[in-house]
Amino acid sequence: MAPASPPTPIAELRRWLERVEGNGYATSEALPFAVTEIDQHLPGGGLARGHLHEVIEGGPAGEHAAVATLFAAGIAARIPGPVLWCLRGRDLFAPALARIGLHPDRVIYCETWKDRDVLPAMEEGLRCCGIAAVVGEVTRLSLTSSRRLQLCAGETGVTALLLRRWRTSDEKRFAGEPNAAATRWRVSPSPPAQGPSDHIDRQRWLVELLRVKGGEPHSWIVEACDAEGNLRLPATLADRSAATEESYRAAAG
Amino acid sequence: MDDAALSLGLTRGMTVTHAQSLVPDLTVLDADPAKDADALVRLGHWCTIYSPLVTPDPPDGIFIDVAGSAHLFQGEGALIEDLLHRLRRADISAKAAIADTPGCAWGVSRYGSGGIVSPGRASEAIASLPVAALRLAQSVVSSLHEVGIERVAQLASKPRASLRLRFGADVLLRFDQALGSVTEALTSLVPPEVPQRELKFAEPIGDPEDLKRVISKLCELLCPELERRGVGARRLDLVFMRVDNLAQAVRIGLSRPYREPVHLSKLLAERLVLVDPGFGIESAALTASWIEALTERQTIGRHIAAEGSDVDVGQLVDTLAVRLGQDSVYRCAPVESGLPERAVKRVPALDPAHGAAWPKHLPRPARLFSPPEKIIAIAELPDRPPRQFTWRHQRLRVIRADGPERIHGEWWISDGETNLTRDYYRVETADGARYWLFRDAPAERGGSWYLHGVGEA
Repeated sequence: MAPASPPTPIAELRRWLERVEGNGYATSEALPFAVTEIDQHLPGGGLARGHLHEVIEGGPAGEHAAVATLFAAGIAARIPGPVLWCLRGRDLFAPALARIGLHPDRVIYCETWKDRDVLPAMEEGLRCCGIAAVVGEVTRLSLTSSRRLQLCAGETGVTALLLRRWRTSDEKRFAGEPNAAATRWRVSPSPPAQGPSDHIDRQRWLVELLRVKGGEPHSWIVEACDAEGNLRLPATLADRSAATEESYRAAAG
Repeated sequence: MDDAALSLGLTRGMTVTHAQSLVPDLTVLDADPAKDADALVRLGHWCTIYSPLVTPDPPDGIFIDVAGSAHLFQGEGALIEDLLHRLRRADISAKAAIADTPGCAWGVSRYGSGGIVSPGRASEAIASLPVAALRLAQSVVSSLHEVGIERVAQLASKPRASLRLRFGADVLLRFDQALGSVTEALTSLVPPEVPQRELKFAEPIGDPEDLKRVISKLCELLCPELERRGVGARRLDLVFMRVDNLAQAVRIGLSRPYREPVHLSKLLAERLVLVDPGFGIESAALTASWIEALTERQTIGRHIAAEGSDVDVGQLVDTLAVRLGQDSVYRCAPVESGLPERAVKRVPALDPAHGAAWPKHLPRPARLFSPPEKIIAIAELPDRPPRQFTWRHQRLRVIRADGPERIHGEWWISDGETNLTRDYYRVETADGARYWLFRDAPAERGGSWYLHGVGEA
């Protein structure tokens, strides 16, 4: 007697296990960055939706997380639907978000001053079907709370973006603690390529993928989000060979 | 009698034939006291916009107790004006007076000049009025007239015992009520029924889990009632009555009318921490104190919600608003203002989308400091962007800069801004970080430097 070919219960169990363990990264719907180099590197061809992603600012004014904010806003801008933004302070300036494609009509802000308010508010947002993304500004994130966020996000398919904020170097240390985020990014401003000039064009960012489930860390130098929230490889770097880019990266890092 | 009728020479109590001889084309309608009384009650309900305590006084009067509500209309004078104006617009000719006592107001509005009788002046106000101003039966008034008592002041000077003997107790009662020496209880109109459900318990309860169950039970009871009326709740009042007769109340506001029991009970349960059950709670009542029309809508399933802008975020907004405070959940909308700190206003999270955004060609920082932080900057030439600046004890060298973008103060908002001029510069430091600086006066007038924002500007 031939063995039954599709062991459906087993496959289902495996999928369930993957979901429970949070390893379903590669199988979920992906949001491409529209930058071939980054998309090829990420499992699934882009940023997995319905997962928790963490963005850390690497720039000099780290406590303001300005570049990380724009990076996260650019991701949220490219997903259709409303966005819930859980604030830690009053310093976020909405016109800057509108300039990179996050229209004010789409963003609902909620003033959550403390971590213990941010996380439940984020969970509430992640449970709401049809929301594009939930952005939360947090200082400290325990492994348990990050798992909770990840579970909520996985259930509804809402993307969770975590911005790390800190005021003191003590608080900055919390950003290094392990958590269940599917990817961890560090974004910092990158020095301009050419010499001094009076004209300012698009800012360059050093985007470091510090961790990704089922993938390798990597880093890229990209041009900041445009009016639609899209990143772009700088023209001067786009046609260079990989080796030069590596050396550039080494110099920058 | 309205002014038009008076100008034709018609008076109260005139016979129909007499009136018709004066006004040949007069339309005569039969009196319908029952309908009049109904209309008076309806008018009384309308009058509850001025005060919750309204008493119709058939056949043609309404008492409104404005003692605690006149301040909402900028005083009693403004209230009367507003009331008479609205009634005139509805083609109702009316007279109004405000006085210490219902009796005094009744007399002054009908027989006096109307308006406001200052506190404590009731006896002066009614002294010169005819005795009919005391709400007396016609027969009593005519017998008073027979003995020559025409004015209230004359009545006041007569011995009370003989007045009572001759004209009955009513005269003195009405007189005392008008002066306030005898208080008069008025039965106010009961407002139209509000949706309410109540639960009473055989044994006092106090366990939070029990209270949660009570909440969901009450919501399940109330929501069909809301549905039957075609309305949704905008505000819910939940009152727990404790065994020691103390009430514990919870009130929630909703951004949109709702009648989903699950959502409502979830919001109420969020506020349960405010309830102290004490020795136990013996009854609970849920009232929809503010309702709004809500048409039938198809509910969207949890997992099949469509992507796009038509996502229902109302429940999310309500949940967060109940937890964090009504003002903590909002959206931003553009304000046409040059000053960056004034360019953003908060709008309720569920306001319809405006579609408006800020001008795209003006670069703005991701994080704006309020207030701007003072920096020490060194520029090569007065009207050039700085080459170097010190911010928070950190010396930063500027590699590239763009500007100035000149922004003027808005003198039409504040006199202090008449001379306000800011020159904004976007600068990029050696490590690629971007800052948004400004000098608070044109270069030739000096001026100091500030850092207003960070992030790509």
